[in-house]
Amino acid sequence: MTDKEVVWLDEHQVVSLAELVEVSGLSEPELLELVNVGAIPVHETRGAVYTFSARVVTVARTACRLRDDFELDMRGLGVALRLLERVTELEREIGQLRAQLPRV
Amino acid sequence: MKYADYYAALGIERAASPDEIKKAYRRLAQKHHPDVSKEAGAEDRFKEVAEAYQTLKDPEKRAAYDALGRRPPGEEFQPPPDWSRQHAGGDAAGASGNFYDDIDFGDLFQRFGARGGRGQLPGQDFEVAVAISIEDAYRGTTLELNLSMPEYDASGQLRRAPRTVKARVAPGAVDGQRLRLPGKGGKGFNGGRDGDLYLDISLKAHPLYRATDHDLYLDLPIAPWEAALGATIEVPTLGGAVKLKVPAGTSAGQKLRLSGRGLPRPRGGAGDLFAVAQLVVPAQLTDRERGIYEQLRDQSEFDPRRGFGGEAT
Repeated sequence: MTDKEVVWLDEHQVVSLAELVEVSGLSEPELLELVNVGAIPVHETRGAVYTFSARVVTVARTACRLRDDFELDMRGLGVALRLLERVTELEREIGQLRAQLPRV
Repeated sequence: MKYADYYAALGIERAASPDEIKKAYRRLAQKHHPDVSKEAGAEDRFKEVAEAYQTLKDPEKRAAYDALGRRPPGEEFQPPPDWSRQHAGGDAAGASGNFYDDIDFGDLFQRFGARGGRGQLPGQDFEVAVAISIEDAYRGTTLELNLSMPEYDASGQLRRAPRTVKARVAPGAVDGQRLRLPGKGGKGFNGGRDGDLYLDISLKAHPLYRATDHDLYLDLPIAPWEAALGATIEVPTLGGAVKLKVPAGTSAGQKLRLSGRGLPRPRGGAGDLFAVAQLVVPAQLTDRERGIYEQLRDQSEFDPRRGFGGEAT
């Protein structure tokens, strides 16, 4: 397997709405609703055409799992994703601060 | 295959009502869901709970499960000869005695939904957490993953199949990096697309370096005289040792930046390495060292606690 066969899910890769539907398991209306409530950020909007950072693939797949496992509607899902995003950001900040602490 | 006690997994009686099954699932899912819980073993526990719920919430699957009888969890067993014909559409009818050998107990009930259909079925996506060393993140590495993946056999039945997948991780992965390997998940059935494999990369703890994104932190022990007078010190980096100039008057905790000596970024450039000064004093002084320190104490006008404003003295 070469480097080209591995897709880095980061801000340098961009995916279309159709690709996000395919890999996430969410429907297009569900994804658009999550976009509308701000739970899934859009990379670029050209008219009605959205593109997303590939980082969002992980968020959308998490949304699909939460939808299925907790039977959440899109409003509940939007809130859950926002809270998870805050938790992730706080964990990242804690990790940064811990890295700066001496081991001794 | 090994028997699993789904009622015990949900903590309910075998006569539990559908509502009791749902309530038990919801309570346990909130506690153990891997997207919510960070407790050790949460993912495995959630898988047990979800597998039990997927079967017991469906009256047809529950009846088939109950027909297997009650056994000790983990006991090796084969479903009775007529069980498949009565409950699972007869897929195993006429099959040899080892038909169920490589079928996971949970997969036994999953196929109920697809029974009778021989159309296209997409392969299953598969996620795996992989811990790599900081050195591998720096240089890049090729992972060889030995996975047990649910795959469809010729009759559309899910079976566990051992798969070895090689995945090249280019230099620059950081903690929490996600990678997608299209088509490397479970094989599709009858022309259905193959699933994807997702890797969740984490970095193993390192005896010297602590990573945050592409930056690295390193404790840099320095002697009091090196801190006071300045020094040029050899510092280990992932690319080899480099000389670092410690400026005169360096205090403990001060971060000295080695630009571009952190982890490489996938699109070029690299993070920084921060050497964090740690003042280290000898645990025991020789008589001569003690004399010099006493001389310094008597002659220095330096007051490290000037900020206290004299109130603490």
